[in-house]
This record gives sequence, structure tokens and C-alpha cells, in this order.
Amino acid sequence: MSAVLDQVVPAGEPWSGRVQRGQRFRIVDLEGNQAVDTLFYNAADTAEHYSAQDTLRVQRRLYLTSGSVLISNLGQPMLQIIADTCGRHDTLGGACSAESNTVRYALEKRPMHSCRDNFLHALHQHDLQLGKRDLPANINFFMNVPVTRAGGLEFADGISAAGRYVEMRALMDVLVLISNCPQLNNPCNGWNPTPIRLQVYAD
Amino acid sequence: MNADTRPLWEEELRGDAHWSGVLRRGLTLRLTAREAGANVAALFYNHEQLSERYNMADTLKAQHTAFLTAGDVCYSDMGRVLCSITADRCGWHDALCGLSDAALITARHGATRFQEQRNERFGNGRDAMLNELGKYGLGARDLVPNINFFSKVIVDDAGRLQWQSDHCAAGMYVDLRFEMDTLAIFHAGPHPLDPAPRFAPKAVTLTAWRSGPAPPQDPCRDRCPENQRGFRNTEMMFA
Repeated sequence: MSAVLDQVVPAGEPWSGRVQRGQRFRIVDLEGNQAVDTLFYNAADTAEHYSAQDTLRVQRRLYLTSGSVLISNLGQPMLQIIADTCGRHDTLGGACSAESNTVRYALEKRPMHSCRDNFLHALHQHDLQLGKRDLPANINFFMNVPVTRAGGLEFADGISAAGRYVEMRALMDVLVLISNCPQLNNPCNGWNPTPIRLQVYAD
Repeated sequence: MNADTRPLWEEELRGDAHWSGVLRRGLTLRLTAREAGANVAALFYNHEQLSERYNMADTLKAQHTAFLTAGDVCYSDMGRVLCSITADRCGWHDALCGLSDAALITARHGATRFQEQRNERFGNGRDAMLNELGKYGLGARDLVPNINFFSKVIVDDAGRLQWQSDHCAAGMYVDLRFEMDTLAIFHAGPHPLDPAPRFAPKAVTLTAWRSGPAPPQDPCRDRCPENQRGFRNTEMMFA
């Protein structure tokens, strides 16, 4: 197999790139329990984006894992998860932002680095006229947000570990937007943001 | 501001109707199910700045819940409160499952079109929302996760989404107190996981009155420290 991309993204940094239909896209949790906030757009028309709710509705399950098809806001399959050595990924927890950090933790947390700042920074690099309104609910690969039968929701300690990975096959040409989450206020990263490795295979 | 519970206006949404309107800060809107099994898909946007909109994730994680009921608030993506749920006779509103679409409705209930069925043709959630969004310069890129009022879906231990039948009885209502001027978009269509074989969307009534925004002591504000900060952020905008 030939890797057309093999890149380490340091802790807390954004990344964006394109994955062509048929290619495999792998995200490796290099040191364990790193939340990888991820969005996908149809590369040919970025108004079509990953939809957390359409994905849940179609698979009738809350967590993402092998077999999950990631569905767009227009109901189209975008990618399918074809390998997963972690076992469960979240799509309810969203991305941290300066503003939500003031609500969730304390008013003085506003200056801390956040996923939304990463997303906005990456979007501006593409000159696609995309902005905050193009940031719907995302996937948090390797993050564990269990929901109870009674409807409780918590950010729980991760179930990932060093070297675990998730791999998807693109079902359309996609623009990928990643924030390698810089959150320091909750256990989503095991309190310690770490690097990830991204690989794209052309087979 | 003193509450005045006399209705300012009332409007009935027939089953499958979509609707949008601007609901000003200090207005309370009651959604009443006219029949058992109603569902109202809802999205909220800040009318002053439409890029600020309801955020499922921020709403759920700030309040450590996977559903909405009285005492909860609906957060925008800017750490502010769009609206508060001040009363709820239903007890659980789904925040997870999203909209139906044309493919789902056609597969479940069959194809219809205006030429034969006229206005009895079957609508669907996504197209309904897009039609309303389009009236404000918004579109598919603005389709974010929505709320489904009056519907209950639980998550079992294996992560499966399980539709709860017989959840909403006729006459049940939920009150939304708007904390900022909000563009609200509603579709009174079936929940996407509602397995009913017959397409039979239920009517709801909208009733609005002048309640005033959240007072200093308020169950939604005082639900948790997160909400106190969310109201503080909201009130800064009106200071």
C-alpha cells in the first residue's frame, strides 16, 4: 500500500486537506486518549457537510465505530469507517470554543486555545469563503462521551491508547478539517493533548 | 419587566406545516400538541447575527444531559442562551435524532406529489427546514443539529437509539422563553424514528405572550453554574 500522505500533527494544532473518493484515511492516536475534532465537506460543494444527526439517524446508534457510514446534511454517504482499534468515537460532544469554555469552566478561560479557533484558522487557509456558519457538529475521534438510559451525558475517561487508530474509506471527494484538540480543562484528552498521525492511502 | 400572560397571538400549525418567525427577547412561546404523537423539529438563530445559532453539543455538555426538559436552556455557539424551557408537561424532548428526509419518507410511506395529492402530499424535515432557511438567506450550510420537541428516544447500554412510543399525549405543552431576539424555524412533521406506517403528522398550536426575560432568580439560570455564566454572557449583549 502506498501512502500519499503521512504526517504528524502536533498537539493543539489544526490540519486540513483533501481525501479522494476511494482513498483510505487513517488517524493514529500516537500517545493515547487524544480527542481529534473532525469535520468533512463535499470537496465539490462545501455546503454539503458531515451531519452528526443524519449519521445517528441512519445507523440508529450513538457511537461511531467500524461499519459506521458518515452521512452528510444532504443524506449522502461521505465516508465509511473500515477499521477501528479504539472501539468507540463520539459525535455529540462538539468542539470547544473560547465562548463555550466561559460557560463550561470559568469566565477567565476565554483566552485559552480552542478547537473552533483551529477550525477557523484552517478554513481561512482555503479561500473557500467558509466561516463559522460552516462549522456544524463534528466528530471527536478517540473521545468517550457515554449517554445513559436516563439521558445523562458525561465526558468520561478515554478508552483509547497509544497506537490505536481509526481508518475510513472516502465515498466522495472530501475536504477534511481537523483540530487536534487543545482542551486542558476536561478529561477528553486525558488532561494532556498529544500529537496524532494522519495517513492517506491511494489503494 | 412584568409578565403579562395574555396571549399576544396564537397560530395553529397543521400537521406537516413548516413555519418561521422572529421571537423577541422577553417573549414566551408555548408549543401545544393538539393530538397524541406530535413532533416539532426546531432550529434557532440569533436574529441580529444569523451565524450565531443553536448548538446541540454546547447545550448538552453544559447541562450534562442528552435530552431537554424544564429548567434546561438552548445554547448558541457563542456561549449565550437563545431560549429557556420554563415549563414542560411532556418531560423529554429529543436532541439527538435530527430530521427526516425525502428518501426516508418515500421509503416508509410511499411517493407523493402535488399533482395528485395537492397539499396532502408528504413533506419531510430537511426540505421543510431548507424552505424556511431560504427565506433568510440561509441554506444547506446552515443546517445544524435540531431539537425534536415532544419526542423521546433513549440510548440503551449498547448505544442503540430506541424510539419511545406513546410519549406525547394530546394537550401536552412546552414553554420557551426567548432570551435574545431569535429566528425560530419549526416543522410539525413526524420524528425520523417514528415507526408509524401511516403518514399522519400532528397539528400543534403556537401561543405567544410577553413574559419578560429571565429574572435574577430563575430555575433555568440557577440550574447549574454553567447556566449562570451563559445568562451573564447573554445579558452582556443587552447591557
